[in-house]
Amino acid sequence: MTFNAFLQNLSNGISLGFLFALIAIGYSMVYGVLNLINFAHGDIFMMATFFAYYAIAFFSLPWGIAFFLAIILTAVLGVLVDRFAYRPLRNSPRISCLCSAIGMSFLLENFAIVVFGGRPKAFFRPEVFTKVFTISGVRVHSVSIVTPIIAILALLVLSYIIYRTKVGLAMRAISRDFDTANLMGININKTIAFTFAIGSGLAGIGAILWALRYPQIYPYMGIFPGWRAFAAAIMGGIGSIRGATLGGFLVGVLTIMIVAFLPALAGYKDAFIFIGVIIVLLWKPKGLFGED
Amino acid sequence: MSILKTDSIYMQFGGLTAVSNFNLKLKEGELVGLIGPNGAGKTTIFNMLTGIYKPTKGKIYYYDQKINGLGVDKITSLGIARTFQNIRLFSNMTVLDNVKVGAHVHIKSHVWKAIMHWPSYLQEENSIDERSMELLKVVHLEDLKDSLAGSLPYGEQRRLEIARALATNPKLLLLDEPAAGMNPQESSDLMEFILDMQNKFKLTIILIEHDMKVVMGICKRILVIDYGKTIAKGKPLEIQHNPEVIKAYLGVEAATNYA
Amino acid sequence: MIRKKMKNNNKLNCIVILLIIISIFFVERNFDAYIIRILNLCAIYIILGVSLNLINGFTGQFSLGHAGFMAIGAYTSALLYMSPELKEVNYFITPLIWPLSVIHLPFVFSLIIAGLVSAGVGFLVGAPCLRLKGDYLAIVTFGFAEIIRVVFNNLQSVTNGPIGLKGLPTYTNLWWSWGIAVLTVLVVKNLVNSSYGRALKSIRENESAAEAMGINLFFHKSLAFVVGAFFAGLGGALLASLVMTIDPNTFSFLLTFQLIVIVIVGGLGSITGTIISATIIAVLMELLRAVEAPMNIFGLHIPGIPGMRMLIFSILLMSVVLFFKKGLMGNKEWSWEGLFKKLFPRQREIKEGD
Repeated sequence: MTFNAFLQNLSNGISLGFLFALIAIGYSMVYGVLNLINFAHGDIFMMATFFAYYAIAFFSLPWGIAFFLAIILTAVLGVLVDRFAYRPLRNSPRISCLCSAIGMSFLLENFAIVVFGGRPKAFFRPEVFTKVFTISGVRVHSVSIVTPIIAILALLVLSYIIYRTKVGLAMRAISRDFDTANLMGININKTIAFTFAIGSGLAGIGAILWALRYPQIYPYMGIFPGWRAFAAAIMGGIGSIRGATLGGFLVGVLTIMIVAFLPALAGYKDAFIFIGVIIVLLWKPKGLFGED
Repeated sequence: MSILKTDSIYMQFGGLTAVSNFNLKLKEGELVGLIGPNGAGKTTIFNMLTGIYKPTKGKIYYYDQKINGLGVDKITSLGIARTFQNIRLFSNMTVLDNVKVGAHVHIKSHVWKAIMHWPSYLQEENSIDERSMELLKVVHLEDLKDSLAGSLPYGEQRRLEIARALATNPKLLLLDEPAAGMNPQESSDLMEFILDMQNKFKLTIILIEHDMKVVMGICKRILVIDYGKTIAKGKPLEIQHNPEVIKAYLGVEAATNYA
Repeated sequence: MIRKKMKNNNKLNCIVILLIIISIFFVERNFDAYIIRILNLCAIYIILGVSLNLINGFTGQFSLGHAGFMAIGAYTSALLYMSPELKEVNYFITPLIWPLSVIHLPFVFSLIIAGLVSAGVGFLVGAPCLRLKGDYLAIVTFGFAEIIRVVFNNLQSVTNGPIGLKGLPTYTNLWWSWGIAVLTVLVVKNLVNSSYGRALKSIRENESAAEAMGINLFFHKSLAFVVGAFFAGLGGALLASLVMTIDPNTFSFLLTFQLIVIVIVGGLGSITGTIISATIIAVLMELLRAVEAPMNIFGLHIPGIPGMRMLIFSILLMSVVLFFKKGLMGNKEWSWEGLFKKLFPRQREIKEGD
């Protein structure tokens, strides 16, 4: 493989890694406060793209506003999912929560099939996102440039919220010790709702960036990135935001690289992800980068 | 040959030494007490003896067999049983079934014999049933045999845990604070009960307790643990007057006052 | 005392089995193919549901890998009972490897081998999961099922890849499906009510306490997985022969999801509940097909809504999880004793007065 091709794949991988990181953080945050794997996260991601799609297609909103609105709606969706599927089961055995999460995932997917239709739709790409630059022989999509910028901005804002606000403090407290946080007067439900809002909002941002890059949207589109991001969160150490970010990069780069270097095994790439997750869970359950 | 012998065992968690240099030589039929302030390391010692923790240093011998490093279930099958400080019953199973689980460790029939209702298995099942009912009678819980374990009041749950431990047919029984939460009458009944049991089932018993009446009443020998170290060993009367022990429990002042 | 109870139970159970046999004779002669297909599906769902309940409900190991075991059973049996000619027709892109290309066994042997191979895979999946709990176990088992699916999709020379296998002979009939269903229920019931069954339940209740009471976690967890996977393999094989066409995506997470719904609706830890819910859900899934087909109501033509079936299904699961957490039967079993107590309460009172 030429050096150019290598750089090409690497830049793709890093760009993809940012996307996975954005989604993975959502998984980690929810797991951190609730000890629950939100199976529906990938589908919340999917809904974001449809929100944006219909905002533009039905309501003819300018794309800037449509994207912004979609992200807000996604955050709201996340809060609603928690409110109706997870909150009632706060005191129930773990298996109930797990089933609820799985059920919610299927519910969203099938809701989308029924309401939006199963056939893929073409996502609207504003002019500015379709440009391709060539930098020293490497083709770089404008989306690949925008993605890291937006992602880093989002992560900075997230950092600020978690480490410098009261709500962030509450989130960290709950993830350390649920019961004590409760006893200390922290409003658990509000904080958890906030956690979902942020996690889902980030997924929404990731979703828009994803749709700009792969402009075909359909109800099952959340499955692939969802599981990849989930694997990233696990490998990075679920519950850790830093881990989710690093894990996201690892998975993003690996996904592209494996297909690039070993095209014969391309068909097995889904299997690799799970093999990776299984190995990590069996060998280093706290994740490759340890727990935050 | 002693039934249990620990050879300077240590338990270290990272930088923290929970138990240091614990030595014990138990003869069959003894009733030994393990006392000390909260957090002293008593339950940790139990965990080491039953295989939940592997001692970082030292060896444990059961009769002549080295048991440190063996699995928890293996150690139970050899004849060491325990109860837990925080009751760990099988809440959604019946009282009788809880006890029967204890008997499973010595089952001889293979799985397929059980599935096919082989006569030899059915016989074993019958004797498990009979023996478990006997144990329930011993702890006075036979009338509640079909109740769910989780629905029992606290005191009865404790007795059920003991019956369950006895079902494993142990030679050495480790009781972790069996009198916790009991009123004076109940603890006095418990004392009789433990002595009765020891006699009936030919047990050697190690007892962790905070209730001094119980400990001084039935233990022939006591070890006192503080911060993981054994600070005193001896007969109940000796322990009661030992200044180190008083210091550990009540503070320096009390020790100097008493002395 | 136990022996006497068992003797009575056995007599009554034999009567039930006799009734089932008579019913099958009757149904086979008098009912149309559509109903027979649904009855076959009911039996297969019972096999799958009860085997899943053994792992998830009784032993408390939340496994999401059941579809994987089914896939193994289905493909193994198909590869064994398909005639060499049928195999040639199917494997037109990449020929099937030898000796599979020439093997041709009667259905019964292919079933047994399929079950055993699944059981073996069940062991390979369950054994490493020994120390995993809750969510993590669910993910690892899901991962295994997905890996199986991906591997099957790619091993063209063995499984024919995404094209799948078509034209499978229909060996599945009411005798096979209900026969194996009865076998599954008997085996699982006997296992669960035995000392080994109590050991499994104790693991579900409190692993550390179970271990302290001498229960070997590795052996017993593996036992649950092996037996559960065995019957899942049989179920998968029966399903394949019923629907005549399989591909790696037939055994997707969607299928596992349906089984989870069955087990939860029936009650984790109740075989009776699973039997009831499996039947209800098998029937429901078929009836809901109507929702997806175009309908004519009062002259209004309502176009079919694809996906509606699964949507209703998801809502069903959510409702049960949120409002009927214990499912239909919780962890109670139907028993002959229980029935008599319900029907003849007075007799009990008189007895207690003695």
